[in-house]
Amino acid sequence: MIHSLFLVNASGDIFLEKHWKSVVSRSVCDYFFEAQERATEPENVPPVIPTPHHYLISVLRHRIYFVAVIQSEVPPLFVIEFLHRVVDTFQDYFGVCTEAAIKDNVVVVYELLEEMLDNGFPLATESNILKELIKPPTILRTMVNTITGSTNVGEQLPTGQLSVVPWRRTGVKYTNNEAYFDVVEEIDAIIDKSGSTITAEIQGVIDACVKLTGMPDLTLSFMNPRLLDDVSFHPCVRFKRWEAERILSFIPPDGNFRLLSYHVSSQNLVAIPVYVKHNITFREGSSQGRFDLTLGPKQTMGKAVESVLVSSQLPRGVLNANLNPSQGTYTFDPVTKMLSWDVGKINPQKLPSLKGTMSLQAGASKPDENPSINIQFKIQQMAISGCTQAGQTL
Amino acid sequence: MTDSKYFTTTKKGEIFELKAELNSDKKEKKKEAVKKVIASMTVGKDVSALFPDVVNCMQTDNLELKKLVYLYLMNYAKSQPDMAIMAVNTFVKDCEDPNPLIRALAVRTMGCIRVDKITEYLCEPLRKCLKDEDPYVRKTAAVCVAKLHDINAQLVEDQGFLDTLKDLISDSNPMVVANAVAALSEIAESHPNSNLLDLNPQTINKLLTALNECTEWGQIFILDCLANYTPRDDRESQSICERVTPRLSHANSAVVLSAVKVLMKFMEMLPKDLDYYGTLLKKLAPPLVTLLSAEPELQYVALRNINLIVQRRPEILKHEMKVFFVKYNDPIYVKLEKLDIMIRLASQANIAQVLAELKEYATEVDVDFVRKAVRAIGRCAIKVEQSAERCVSTLLDLIQTKVNYVVQEAIVVIKDIFRKYPNKYESVIATLCENLDSLDEPEARAAMIWIVGEYAERIDNADELLESFLEGFHDESTQVQLQLLTAIVKLFLKKPTETQELVQQVLSLATQDSDNPDLRDRGYIYWRLLSTDPVAAKEVVLAEKPLISEETDLIEPTLLEELICHIGTLASVYHKPPSAFVEGSRGVQHKRLPGSAGSGESADSPDTGSAAGVSEAPPAVIPSQGDLLGDLLNLDLTPPTTSGPPPAPSSGMQMGAMDLLGGGLDSLMGDESEPPPVPQRTDTPQSPQLSHQSPSPPDYSPTELGGDLGGSPAMGAGFGAPPTAMPASFPPPVSGGLDDLFDLGGSVGMPMGAYSPPKSIWLPAMKAKGLEISGTFARRAGVIQMEMTLTNKAMSIMTDFAIQFNRNSFGLAPAGPLQVLTPVGPNQSIEVALPLSTVGPVMKMEPLTNLQVAVKNNIDVFYFSSQYPISMLFVEDGKMERQVFLATWKDIPNDNEAQFQIKDCHLNSDAASSKLQGSNVFTIAKRTVEGQDMLYQSMKLTNGIWVLAELRVQAGNPNYTVSLKCRAPEVSQCVFQSYEAMLKN
Repeated sequence: MIHSLFLVNASGDIFLEKHWKSVVSRSVCDYFFEAQERATEPENVPPVIPTPHHYLISVLRHRIYFVAVIQSEVPPLFVIEFLHRVVDTFQDYFGVCTEAAIKDNVVVVYELLEEMLDNGFPLATESNILKELIKPPTILRTMVNTITGSTNVGEQLPTGQLSVVPWRRTGVKYTNNEAYFDVVEEIDAIIDKSGSTITAEIQGVIDACVKLTGMPDLTLSFMNPRLLDDVSFHPCVRFKRWEAERILSFIPPDGNFRLLSYHVSSQNLVAIPVYVKHNITFREGSSQGRFDLTLGPKQTMGKAVESVLVSSQLPRGVLNANLNPSQGTYTFDPVTKMLSWDVGKINPQKLPSLKGTMSLQAGASKPDENPSINIQFKIQQMAISGCTQAGQTL
Repeated sequence: MTDSKYFTTTKKGEIFELKAELNSDKKEKKKEAVKKVIASMTVGKDVSALFPDVVNCMQTDNLELKKLVYLYLMNYAKSQPDMAIMAVNTFVKDCEDPNPLIRALAVRTMGCIRVDKITEYLCEPLRKCLKDEDPYVRKTAAVCVAKLHDINAQLVEDQGFLDTLKDLISDSNPMVVANAVAALSEIAESHPNSNLLDLNPQTINKLLTALNECTEWGQIFILDCLANYTPRDDRESQSICERVTPRLSHANSAVVLSAVKVLMKFMEMLPKDLDYYGTLLKKLAPPLVTLLSAEPELQYVALRNINLIVQRRPEILKHEMKVFFVKYNDPIYVKLEKLDIMIRLASQANIAQVLAELKEYATEVDVDFVRKAVRAIGRCAIKVEQSAERCVSTLLDLIQTKVNYVVQEAIVVIKDIFRKYPNKYESVIATLCENLDSLDEPEARAAMIWIVGEYAERIDNADELLESFLEGFHDESTQVQLQLLTAIVKLFLKKPTETQELVQQVLSLATQDSDNPDLRDRGYIYWRLLSTDPVAAKEVVLAEKPLISEETDLIEPTLLEELICHIGTLASVYHKPPSAFVEGSRGVQHKRLPGSAGSGESADSPDTGSAAGVSEAPPAVIPSQGDLLGDLLNLDLTPPTTSGPPPAPSSGMQMGAMDLLGGGLDSLMGDESEPPPVPQRTDTPQSPQLSHQSPSPPDYSPTELGGDLGGSPAMGAGFGAPPTAMPASFPPPVSGGLDDLFDLGGSVGMPMGAYSPPKSIWLPAMKAKGLEISGTFARRAGVIQMEMTLTNKAMSIMTDFAIQFNRNSFGLAPAGPLQVLTPVGPNQSIEVALPLSTVGPVMKMEPLTNLQVAVKNNIDVFYFSSQYPISMLFVEDGKMERQVFLATWKDIPNDNEAQFQIKDCHLNSDAASSKLQGSNVFTIAKRTVEGQDMLYQSMKLTNGIWVLAELRVQAGNPNYTVSLKCRAPEVSQCVFQSYEAMLKN
């Protein structure tokens, strides 16, 4: 099982170590540093590194490497999942998961790690339970603690720990009962220059924020459950019922949680809500090129397309670009040849465009006229997959 | 106010300051001080000096303070065992606290204090907690058993905790069940053959019930445990599968992968015509695809596993090719894995898509990735015949890019394509030849040379091309040199008239100017073949080569089966069986897939889970076949170069080389005088022409070798196989003759059991690819040491040394890793002392003091065995009380007495006594009867066996008599030998 954990910052210092079994010397991290040196990019450090006596499994989050040391045959995914859980918990507790935040709260961090793992076996990883055991630091509580001498550590056995619904604590009371569900969908698509979709896939999640009194039992049904063929659920969801009736039935945890995540593959046709018109030309023998890019919305059902960011890797021969955006700002990095254009919101009446000229290296051959263009955007209150909620009952 | 302030104080008097604060009356100040201590501890500062002060803070009602003190205790109890005892009382008290949280906390912390003395006090509270009414305490206690087992396994067994733990599997609370399973699995790892997790249908049922209700981590433990079960029939298998399937939709990827493992294994038992089988296959795909949208680290592990799954059951993911397409922002390690899987999934249906993708990848910037992409195109061509043409044209397009590494890689794969589809794509050779000058990597050069040689008859200027390579022959790498030699010989056989000069040139370069034995041997063989029978040479050198098939890069089926059983583990990430790398996995059971009950595959693996101890080291040096030939010839007994100018190929065909081969082979084949170390001998075919040679005596001298075989015509026929395949056609157990040769210098003269015997050669360089190990054993300051000299007699640097022992009579095991920190260069020696412990696994050896050792370096693993003097095991406290001695002497039956004579020893009794004392043989009493000195001596072995001795020394008589009495009479012989060695040293 998990033997030790080292936290390593971007400059290669170990700033926190925790051992759950015998103490492993921190020199074991030298193997990690070696691998880190070999990797060109920080994220290219291989996740599993063998050393003569241990295995190092690492994840990189928020510019901190979480390096777990294991000694025997342990499922690596188990370790990686656990490390993710550690990161999530830190983020949950401290708002951000940075070196400064961890150092600021080192005692809480230590208490948390101790609570999350016992002899390498996970103990309590549900944020609900942890929060009952160790209260997250807030300014108010720190004040109160300093004055009264009370502590962050809960006095009571966490109630959910042993019940059949370990994710929910008992005795929850709210004056306002409310439940929110956010459907967040990310779409990855590749579109060729004529505008037809080559591949598209959707990663969706439903995040919930439930503040309900007592032991509520919720059901959630969808208009088109068939879309969700590949789902993974929060443990609270009754899988049998979903299999049989395609209805989500569950006793929710208290507070924020991810109810389910799903994946819609390209077999189901996806309508991309944005289109790009581009015209990039280079003339043979001339050191000038023309650049013209227009964005427009399509099939957004009246919703606004926001936070649009266009980036494009221009050909190597381009020395500089002199462009004129109709809205937003653009930057061009002459070293990496990366053009990025922060468009903002698309106004369907006045489509945003970026026009201008590019100067080329003299004498270079005519570059490729089809650089790839990446677009990121957000649309509130719309699910691309067409997944809609039919109703919910308590 | 944040905790970061704790990190800032690094003043000199810090410890004193903290000490004062810890002893402060104010609670608040105390707590702050403990927090500061913890913070210092976290960053690795040594605050162990504060131990007593911190422990004093333990008795408190403040839960946070208690927890902090516990944290501190866990870290430092080991270094302050005596002080840790002080904490025991509080623990015992806390274990009876009304608050279950405190009870659990106490039992948890106690288990983390790795101090032997404390463990005894721990048993009672732990027993109570295992039966606690509160499941939270029970589940914590279950883990505590595993902790305790790690510290003191014997204690756990004696106290019966294992049975209690087994009972917990039937606990009503699923979390307790999960933790009990986890604890048992961990304990079972160190007891490979114990039946700790005795799985039967009832327990399986309980586990499956618990599976639905426990936490995600518990589910992983239970699923991993389920995977070890072998269902009785396909019905049971199906019902387990049905109950495990819902886990595929879990949000935790580790749960998903463990579930996949269980399903993949149990699926084997389902009949393929069953509807459910098809359903299951369909259900497996989506979760695997979902894993690929997770974080890159998860993707990597998932991809390594998918790689196994698609080899075993390609049908699961055959429609999912697109998800394996590389994304521009994938980390490189994910990209490379995806490429691998793309090739495995490539089929006629999707090859167009795949090729288009691969072509794109080949224009990326990352060199490693581009290379692999180009290689992948070649593998596609080999795998999908219909696509070969398209692949070749894609490769040609890539060659046109003139990007150096792309071109080189493309040429390497085109060579493979030629071997798969001969006489189909030779039209592209001209294009390849254009790029000849830009090739600078050995592999690409070798590939190009192979192509030129193979198709010499179609390339007009083949001789010129090859000649151009020949100019820098010495600067080339071996790979290129070998290829060039073969290519020129091929050219000569195809166009004998104009290339005679060239072939002579290359043969003389290879045979005379090269130090490389492989190259020289190949040169000689060609030379001789050409000179004796050019027709035969043609048959051999230009023989039709077997076609390359795609299987070459698949994992071998039995290994694959084993790996499928290890899905989700490190083994599946490394694609190696766990026994190959996991430390401490001695005796790990080979897992195999269960045979299918419904279909005809049942004969597949009847002995599921047979306990094959993998790490049992073979008893003697096992040379690998290929290199032995090289070593043999490397003896260089009668080098032809000494006989003056090189003989012309047409003349008498250098006798030296022939004799060399003849003599070498003679001893290779014939010597039966020593039993072969590996039992493979029976199943290796020996070529009949050679086996009739009479066994050469073990003491043959090198000079005899020359004339021994003369010009036996059988030789040529014996080499019927193509030269490249030659080493493999030799039978492996060839150590006989060579063994003897080396034993003359080595083990024959090995002195036995001096108090520290002089070093002797344990592993001769010839048997270990140039690594020579000589060594001895010594006991220094109560520590048994294995002192070795590692000598590198090979040409290359050796690194990465490691050592392992087989089980032995006294449980000797390395107490630490082999400390060879610097690489050992050629002709360099390094001295190492390896401290040994006696707590390793025990198995009786014959002879008793035999020790089988495996040494690994960057080249290979080598095995040898040696004998250690038993005197090394005599411990320092082996002095018996007089009375006890007397009583014991009487107590041991006379049958156990053994008497020996030690001859020619010229010491008086006092000198003998003091000499023996140095080796921990203690003289308890001395009596003189009729001019005869009687010394009564005792010694104790590391495993607690006492040996009592009576040594009779008569003045003037060089012969001593020693009588040994011991409850384990087997050791007497060894002890006697030690006596002799100690006294005569």
